[in-house]
Amino acid sequence: MSKIFAQGLVCPLDKNNVDTDQIIPKQFLTSVSREGFGQAMFFDWRYLADGSPNPDFVINKPEYQGASILLTRANFGCGSSREHAPWAIQQSGFNVIIAESFADIFFNNSVNNAMLLIQLSKTNIELLFNRCTQGPQQWQIDLQSQEIMFGNNAAMGFNIDADIKQRLLSGLDFIGSSEQLNPQITDYEQSRKASQPWLG
Amino acid sequence: MGQATANAQTLYQKIYASHVVGKLNPSTDLLYVDRHLIHEVTSPQAFSGLKLANRKVRRPDLTFATMDHNVSTQRRSIDAAGETSRKQLEALAANCDENQIPLLDLTHPDQGIVHVIGPEQGLTQPGMIIVCGDSHTSTHGAFGALAFGIGTSEVEHVLATQTLPQQQAKTLKVEINGELSRHVTPKDVIMAVIGKLGTAGGNGYVAEFSGSAIRAMSMEGRMTLCNMSIEMGAKAGLIAPDDTTFAYIKGKAHAPKAEHWDDAVQYWQSLYSDANAVFDQTVTLDASSITPQITWGTNPEQVMAVDQSVPAPASFSDPTKRDAAERALSYMGLEPGQKLTDCKVDVVFIGSCTNSRIEDLRAAAGVVQGKQVAAGVRALVVPGSGMVKRQAEDEGLASIFKDAGFEWREPGCSMCLGMNDDRVAAGERCASTSNRNFEGRQGRGARTHLVSPAMAAAAAIAGKFVNIAAQPEGEQA
Repeated sequence: MSKIFAQGLVCPLDKNNVDTDQIIPKQFLTSVSREGFGQAMFFDWRYLADGSPNPDFVINKPEYQGASILLTRANFGCGSSREHAPWAIQQSGFNVIIAESFADIFFNNSVNNAMLLIQLSKTNIELLFNRCTQGPQQWQIDLQSQEIMFGNNAAMGFNIDADIKQRLLSGLDFIGSSEQLNPQITDYEQSRKASQPWLG
Repeated sequence: MGQATANAQTLYQKIYASHVVGKLNPSTDLLYVDRHLIHEVTSPQAFSGLKLANRKVRRPDLTFATMDHNVSTQRRSIDAAGETSRKQLEALAANCDENQIPLLDLTHPDQGIVHVIGPEQGLTQPGMIIVCGDSHTSTHGAFGALAFGIGTSEVEHVLATQTLPQQQAKTLKVEINGELSRHVTPKDVIMAVIGKLGTAGGNGYVAEFSGSAIRAMSMEGRMTLCNMSIEMGAKAGLIAPDDTTFAYIKGKAHAPKAEHWDDAVQYWQSLYSDANAVFDQTVTLDASSITPQITWGTNPEQVMAVDQSVPAPASFSDPTKRDAAERALSYMGLEPGQKLTDCKVDVVFIGSCTNSRIEDLRAAAGVVQGKQVAAGVRALVVPGSGMVKRQAEDEGLASIFKDAGFEWREPGCSMCLGMNDDRVAAGERCASTSNRNFEGRQGRGARTHLVSPAMAAAAAIAGKFVNIAAQPEGEQA
């Protein structure tokens, strides 16, 4: 496993409280597939009412085409639990999101899709947005050493939950890891039935 | 968590501890799930994943399904939902059939919104862990159950193992004492709490609501309160169960049977936060200071008392909040200083998992009785379930709404998120009893103002927002 989790162009989305209704609007949720959500990401911001791309929306700007790291602000992914939101972001080519904070359900959903979500202080997020004002940024993310590397030996550290780091580095199967505890699950079910038979 | 009170636990900590199956690693526990509620939108990919990995549903008997998000509310038929929605509903029916999961489909008289039917059917009980692929699962916390929304990968995980990996959340106590004024409802209370804490104020926390104002609330009011806990980012909302809770559950279809009832109640009575339990954060509110609330912006923290004026962006000291307010006012078509009581409404929506229960409909009908929906206003009442609908019809509420010019619909999520054809058009202003005023949520360009059922009903009659608390006694709108 390479020590570089991701590297690429950074797209700065300078907004707080980006909700999952914005990330993927309801009309795309009737699908029964996990695929095909990339083009719908940020649909109402990304496309004008006539269906043409909104040239003012940052994701559409020529200098951010091909970006794989999304930089944003506080409480990203709030609202609905729809996992279609991280699917849409991932299928648009992003596998890292850096923000001041994330909504809890969105965070878990993203990790379950092997995306890296980096939470930084407001001050550090401000520093990263400042870097973006200097022109398109190419960063590398080293998950092992927990660093965002800007080139020219400049870097910024980040914290990450040890369990999540391990899962991302080893690519552990989410369900498979829990199934290791199958005997305990069976034991729990038996004692539950004995002590609280009304639970079913 | 202080050492001195190592044995004292919050309600959340008690429920968490009683569900630990084992440890996955030093920080993550595997917790057992007592009830898994599923619906058509967030489950199909989970079933496909399960099949792909050759896994089975471990406990179909603890899994319950309904159709709610994208169903038509005009006609109770799978064919009325539109082509792609029909396929999704059929996929749910096929998955439930294949895995022997009970399903309240559109032919079932009790079908309805997942967070309305769970409690109605007695599936929701104190001390349980309840999950569902829907953020408003927090609703069930009203019963003292730890209930939270999950994503589709987690739905698949629960289907396969009946468990979920979790880490301990922080604890927040929201204490509300005193009496609510006339026309001030649990909806106003939770909106005021969100206004105080912000949309991210609860991130990482499980919020427990307590205090005399909470004790005085009915179960339906408590559900409204817990329902919107997610709108401040809380993982879950919780209320310790009491006699009000037990009385609500007794006799419901899936309630503990007579031979277990006393044991169940005895266990439920142990579910409270110990007197000396330490919360990571505590917030207190005086119930009597809360007035009818209305959102003016595009997230639930952009809220005010209905008699206040729309704030000026410059009044926010935080530059990001100032910027957000500016954008919100532009999207909402509002000016700083404007009174929303001068503001015309185009659409009124009474429904959603927040406010579609019988007490909500009674409150709204009380305002509507003998009056007419204002000209040019489209007004919908969408009951939360078949049971609510039948009861409202039996009590004569449906006739009150219909006589006044409201559309009386079939149960479903409807205009809360507009996954079906119930949408607000671009630029239209909607008084909505739902839970999210996000840009585009009710339809692209739709302007949503969140209010209580009584406030929504009053807006339908007046054709503009009304301060319902300012109405003289005996004259409600």
